[in-house]
Amino acid sequence: MTETVARLDAAPSASQQPAPPAMETRALNAYFGSTHAVRDVALTFPQNEVTAIIGPSGCGKSTLLRCLNRMHETVPLARVDGEVLFHGRNIYGPGVDPIALRRHVGMVFQRPTPFPTMSIRDNVAAGLRVQLGERLDRRQVDEVVERALRQAALWDEVKDRLKTSATGISGGQQQRLCIARALATAPHVLLLDEPTASLDPLSTQKVEELVYELRSSMTVIIVTHNMQQAARVSDRTVFMLSGEMVEVGPTRAVFTAPTDPRTEAYITGRFG
Amino acid sequence: MVALTCAAAALAIVPLIAILTYLIKQGAGSLSLHFFTNMPRPVGEAGGGMANAIVGTLILIGIASVVGLPVGIGAGLYLAERGGTKLANLVRFLADVLNGLPSIVMGIFAWQFLVRPIGHFSALAGGAAIGAMMIPLVTRTTEEMVRTVPQSLREAALALGYPRWRTSLQIVLRTALGGIVTGVLVAVARVAGETAPLLFTAFGNQFWSTNVSQPIAALPLQVFVYAISPYDEWHAQAWAGALVLIALVLVISVLARFAVRSRHGRAND
Repeated sequence: MTETVARLDAAPSASQQPAPPAMETRALNAYFGSTHAVRDVALTFPQNEVTAIIGPSGCGKSTLLRCLNRMHETVPLARVDGEVLFHGRNIYGPGVDPIALRRHVGMVFQRPTPFPTMSIRDNVAAGLRVQLGERLDRRQVDEVVERALRQAALWDEVKDRLKTSATGISGGQQQRLCIARALATAPHVLLLDEPTASLDPLSTQKVEELVYELRSSMTVIIVTHNMQQAARVSDRTVFMLSGEMVEVGPTRAVFTAPTDPRTEAYITGRFG
Repeated sequence: MVALTCAAAALAIVPLIAILTYLIKQGAGSLSLHFFTNMPRPVGEAGGGMANAIVGTLILIGIASVVGLPVGIGAGLYLAERGGTKLANLVRFLADVLNGLPSIVMGIFAWQFLVRPIGHFSALAGGAAIGAMMIPLVTRTTEEMVRTVPQSLREAALALGYPRWRTSLQIVLRTALGGIVTGVLVAVARVAGETAPLLFTAFGNQFWSTNVSQPIAALPLQVFVYAISPYDEWHAQAWAGALVLIALVLVISVLARFAVRSRHGRAND
C-alpha cells in the first residue's frame, strides 16, 4: 500500500514536453434509441497512464468506454456523434475501419469471455491470427503467446496446459487469459470494462497488479464500480453522473479534494 | 394433475418401446453378416441381403447432406444473427411451411424438376429431394443453437478485430457446433427413413449400383417393396431391413457425437 501512495504522490507525466494524448474525445454524445447515455463528453487520455472512470450504475461510463473502440455502434439502435481522436485521428471520420481500429484499441469485458472451442494457446493467438492470417509460423505464434501470457501474469500457471480447453481454468485465470488475448496484438490502448466485477479478491488483486504494470507499455482506461480500485490502480480519475463528465483530475486530487460537490457526495456517500 | 401428466409421459414412450421390441423380435432372426454383404435374391432362393440398399441409403444421406446442410446451417445462422428483419421473419415462416410439407409433394416436385429434365431416375434426384426436406429442420435447430451462444462472446471477438462474418463462422458457429450436430442428426434420422420422396426419384434398384446418376436402392424402398410382396421370406427380410435402418441412424448419431466431443473436449457438453 505504501508503494501505491508513493506512486500517487509522484507526478506521472512530469516530462519537459507533454506527449500528445493517446485518445481524446470532443463533444462526444452516445445514444441508445432515444436514451441519451453519454452527454457532451470532452476528455483526454494521456499516454502511458491509467485513467479510471467511476460513477454509479447507468451513468454511461461503460458506454463511454465502448465509444472509444467503436463497440457501441455494434448494438442495435445505438448511435454516436462527436469526435474521438486516436493518435490525433478521428476514429468516427470517413475511411476509418472499425475492425482495424479494434486491433489497436483492445478491450476486456466484465465477465471472462474465453472462446470455449479454442485451447488456451489458440485463445491468446486468436487476435493475431485474424489479423495476420496464415503468414504466421508456429514459432512466431509461440513467442507471442508466451510474451502475452507472461505479461498477463498467467504463464507459470498455464504453461503446461496450453493445448487444453480455455474453459478448464478458473474464472480469475480466464479473465487474465482474456487480458493476454487482448495484449497479444500489442494494442496502444487497453480498455477494461469492470474487469474484476466477477472475480474473487485474490484474482482481483492479480488483475490490479497487472494493470499497474501495463502502464509502462500502453495507455489503460478502466471502468470500475469499485472506488478503492480506482484509487489503487489509476493515475487519473474521471467521475461521471447521468451521462455527463462531472470531474476529471489526478486520482489523488479527485479522491482527497474533489472540486465538484457531486463528486464529493458520491465518494463520501458510499464509502465514507 | 401430476398423475395425469405422468401417465401421459409414460404413454408417450410406449410406442417407441413397442416398435423397438417388435422390430427386434421380427427382424433379428433374419439378420446375419450375410444380410449386410449379399445382394437381394429372387423369390424361392434362400438367404440374400440388402447390401445394395444399405450402401444406397448411405449415398442418399450423403447427397442429401451436401444439399441440405450448407443451406440449412447458413439460413439458420442468418436468422439467429440478423433475426429482426422482415426477410428473416419471412424465411422463418417459409421454413416452417416447408417443414410441414408432405414428403410425397417433395418427391413430385423433384420428379418434375430433376427427373423429367434429366430423363431418368437417379440417386441425385432422390438425394436432392430428401436434402430439401432437411433444410427447414437444420435451419430451425441452427437458429436455436446459435441463439444460445452468449452475446458476450460475439462482443469479445468483435473487440479483438474479428470482422462480423468471421465472428459468425469461427466463433459463434463453432461454439454452437455441438447443438447443431445434434439437430443435423435428427434431420438425418428423419430423412433416412423417408420413402415417399424416393419413390419416383431414386426409384430403387435390384442391382448393385453406386452411380449417382442412375437409380439407386434404398433401405426404406426395399422394405416397402418386400413388405407389400406376398412372400413370407421377403416379409422377414423387410423386418430385418427396418431394423438395420434404425440401427444405421443410431450408429451415425453415435459416431457424429463422438467426433464432435473428442474434437472440442468438454467445451460443447
